[in-house]
Amino acid sequence: MTEFLLGSACAILVVVAVGLVRLLRGPGEADRMMAVQLLGTGSTAVMLIFGAVIRQPAVIDVALIVALLSAFAGLAFVRGISPNSGGGDE
Amino acid sequence: MLLDLWTIVLVSMGVVFFLAGTVGLLRFPDALSRLHALTKADNLGLGLVVIGLLPRLTGIADGAKMIFVWLLVMLSGACLAQLVAHLIRQSGDFKP
Repeated sequence: MTEFLLGSACAILVVVAVGLVRLLRGPGEADRMMAVQLLGTGSTAVMLIFGAVIRQPAVIDVALIVALLSAFAGLAFVRGISPNSGGGDE
Repeated sequence: MLLDLWTIVLVSMGVVFFLAGTVGLLRFPDALSRLHALTKADNLGLGLVVIGLLPRLTGIADGAKMIFVWLLVMLSGACLAQLVAHLIRQSGDFKP
């Protein structure tokens, strides 16, 4: 059972690594940001799987933090690219 | 035994959705369709993994926390998708 979970965690990591090709090749900044967003969610999923495998509920908090940080990263990207759109009055 | 089957089926479906979303992210021609594929992979793949892992946890609080992580990712994914889509449309390479 744990081998299956660890295998699926590795599968998710491989899939996310393949998805990062879009980071290198992406024509626009938005495409690159999407690859980072996928990395954030993929690592959250892997964290949750590890938390379930080693039966340590503290790892779920780590996954929560990773999800939060990837949300902030996306937000920082959007604000950074177009500070004057949407009435951004810093 | 049933719970193990439940976990195996759902976690593997989650991985399949991650794969589908990533292939969509790589193959789709337009930035907006890539965004669509990415957001689907995020929420659905992670959601299936979370539901698959629920029976393995002992406490109710841990399960609730896992569901909360999934809700947070869904919420942030939805908001970010709107913002990035606005950015893509604004930057002009959007062909109506």
